[in-house]
Amino acid sequence: MNGSDTSGRQETAAPAIELQGISKAFGPVQANKDISIRVMPGTIHGIIGENGAGKSTLMSILYGFYKADKGEIFIAGKKTDIPDSQAAIAAGIGMVFQHFKLVENFTVLENIILGAEDGGLLTPSLAKARKTLLELEHEYGLNVDPDAVIEELGVGMQQRVEILKALYRQADILILDEPTGVLTPAEADQLFRILDRLREEGKTIILITHKLREIMEATDTVSVMRRGEMTATVKTKDTSPAELAELMVGRKVLLRVDKKPAVPGDVVLDIKNLHVVDDKGVERLKGIDLQVRAGEIVGIAGVAGNGQSELLEVLGGYADASGEIRVNGQPLDLSGKHSDGRSRRARGIAHVPEDRQREGLIMDFSAWENTAFGYHRDPDYQSGVLLNNAAIRADTEAKMERFDVRPPNPGLAAKNFSGGNQQKIVLAREIERNPDLLLVGQPTRGVDIGAIEFIHQQIVALRDKGKAVLLVSVELEEILALADRVAVMFDGHIMGERVSAETDEKELGLLMAGVGN
Amino acid sequence: MDFLTLIQLLDSTVRLATPLLLACLAGLFSERAGIFDIGLEGKMLAAAFFSAAIAALTGSVWIGLLAGITASMLFSLLHGLASITFRGNQLISGVAINFLAAGLTVLIAQDWFSQGGRTPSLMGGARFEPITLPFAEAFGSVPFIGPIYQELISGHSILVYLAFAMVPLTWWILFRTRFGLRLRAVGENPAAVDTAGVSVVGLRYAAVMICGILCGIAGAYLSTALQAGFVKDMSAGRGFIALAALIFAKWRPWYALYATLLFGLFGALETRPDVIEALFGIKVQGALLGALPYVMTVIILAGFVGKAIPPRAGGEPYVKER
Repeated sequence: MNGSDTSGRQETAAPAIELQGISKAFGPVQANKDISIRVMPGTIHGIIGENGAGKSTLMSILYGFYKADKGEIFIAGKKTDIPDSQAAIAAGIGMVFQHFKLVENFTVLENIILGAEDGGLLTPSLAKARKTLLELEHEYGLNVDPDAVIEELGVGMQQRVEILKALYRQADILILDEPTGVLTPAEADQLFRILDRLREEGKTIILITHKLREIMEATDTVSVMRRGEMTATVKTKDTSPAELAELMVGRKVLLRVDKKPAVPGDVVLDIKNLHVVDDKGVERLKGIDLQVRAGEIVGIAGVAGNGQSELLEVLGGYADASGEIRVNGQPLDLSGKHSDGRSRRARGIAHVPEDRQREGLIMDFSAWENTAFGYHRDPDYQSGVLLNNAAIRADTEAKMERFDVRPPNPGLAAKNFSGGNQQKIVLAREIERNPDLLLVGQPTRGVDIGAIEFIHQQIVALRDKGKAVLLVSVELEEILALADRVAVMFDGHIMGERVSAETDEKELGLLMAGVGN
Repeated sequence: MDFLTLIQLLDSTVRLATPLLLACLAGLFSERAGIFDIGLEGKMLAAAFFSAAIAALTGSVWIGLLAGITASMLFSLLHGLASITFRGNQLISGVAINFLAAGLTVLIAQDWFSQGGRTPSLMGGARFEPITLPFAEAFGSVPFIGPIYQELISGHSILVYLAFAMVPLTWWILFRTRFGLRLRAVGENPAAVDTAGVSVVGLRYAAVMICGILCGIAGAYLSTALQAGFVKDMSAGRGFIALAALIFAKWRPWYALYATLLFGLFGALETRPDVIEALFGIKVQGALLGALPYVMTVIILAGFVGKAIPPRAGGEPYVKER
């Protein structure tokens, strides 16, 4: 056939991976429904879909974590059974998980040989791995110090170690699950350059993500998943973000938040020279100055772990700090006996924490119990010395209705709601108290696109009522869409503030990487 | 205090440190693999009883030792089933093992021997005798080194030498072999081991069984070498002191040796209040010395003498992520 055309040649070769009719159910939930897909060798194949669309389940089947109920897997044209990770590795599949599977206090070299040692003694294995690693680094331009301890490396480097781990096991097919979630835009660009290089060397790459921009930039082909089904597979150059979004959600989606210009009023939150030292003695906040006015949303951008969480913890009243914070002109107690959540709520501060499953909800408790938390001293909730459970239930039911929580059952345990609905329960609890200042961390992490729209609308509605909102998010797109002003945090400092309408991802990305003006 | 008293004191330090050292290394294997084990005490006790009982019945201390190890490994298996296979709470399983051993040993002892929960006194081949190292007698007259060799180094039972040999061996296994690398990895991040295609369950069982073997030897030492027979509750909290030593040693084999020797010294001093009186001129209650290991562990845990960071996945059953 026509050998000069690259795509033509790929069509004639056997697919690197072919899945035929893969189905998998967890109890009544059909996570994967009759999925067929062909991934051509030497390409970057994107798989996009909302949270819970079944992307991770499909990849877990491919990596031997789950066994498919039905369907067949072909690797390089050969029917292959993958009952466990060992078999996947043997079939040449390497996986880079969203949460790295590295032993933090081991060296890079030790992590790389773990499970792939040559013989019972370590010394010869390590020596051989060191040699191979140097070759791999040279071949793919992946430089890492083999003797560095993982916990001392940045996330970008840790990800390289994961890639090297797969290459060391002679993987021909590399699956990356949401690889850019923890990276700065610059680090993400670097990752995509590495992936390009790997593709040039003949590796096949599957990129799982929910970010449309990455799909458009990095992939050759993209498959879209929705509710456990593969809805489309298209060449990336023949599609558009809007089309992909529609395929993902099944209806037209507003990619931008619809909001009027802000009308900032008085200063509600005034932070001056705020310092936080954590219990290991590390300084997490190194002199933060920040103001949030009534009627505006201020977004805090930054790569996770640069002090955003500590800022929310101090404002929420569960971490001590030094410096000064005023709310509506009155100072907050930062380390004394009024430095707690209850006192904060009394001052009109509501908090939607970053990690709703650990800080926002008690997963085994029902929705109505969760709705009462923090506000359980509300006179409406009392009946003498006892709690008026019926009143709390009724109140919860009303709130669930207004926030479109599904199913609207106050007696259901928090863990039985989907991520988006859990978040709505927390939001309803906090926003319905009509706070002067709303703290909200990662409002849409693990939330599907439909719910994202709703959550964004609620936050904007609170702003339009003249309330102040402090938004912390690692998703730059979200910050740009929601916030009126953006402050970028890096290493405990505010690197800079920008007006959202006058900045872009590139400029913010540089600030996030600690590159100043 | 004269030189000979010092030698005697160190000699009993070694004797008392031996069961602590064995149990401490046992705990080290288990906890490095991520399985907390507060059942060391129970396993030692069970091993102490069965090795003494079987040695008494067969007249062979070696068969007794095997029986002790077997009993201890059965308890380890129980702990493994509860905490690895069924992902139960490791502390609760450990507590259960301690109670089970305490009750079971006395019950069986009474049924078999009718001596109020004891075994008969062991004699001759039913007991580990001290070994005299070569030339101990001849060397004895050499000043300084002679008595150290003759009194301190020579003249212990074989299990003492075994215990001390276990220290470099444990270090070598943990830090120089593939098994050791995987064992340490599974205690830090089992998911990393799992995705590397290695069985988390298999590794953890292996670690728990090694723990059983070492606890078995520790228990057998108590009843067939240190003492001549089993008495009720004869482990007397040594399993817990070994756990304290493990924390004190920050889960490292050589530190475990130093920690258990130190705790052994406290034990030796407890029986020799006259030495303390001679040294410091004050009377100290023996029980106070007995409490010192615990006090020191609390101080270590509070972070006064460096940080003791346990294996990160310790105490948590491994469940595959979705």
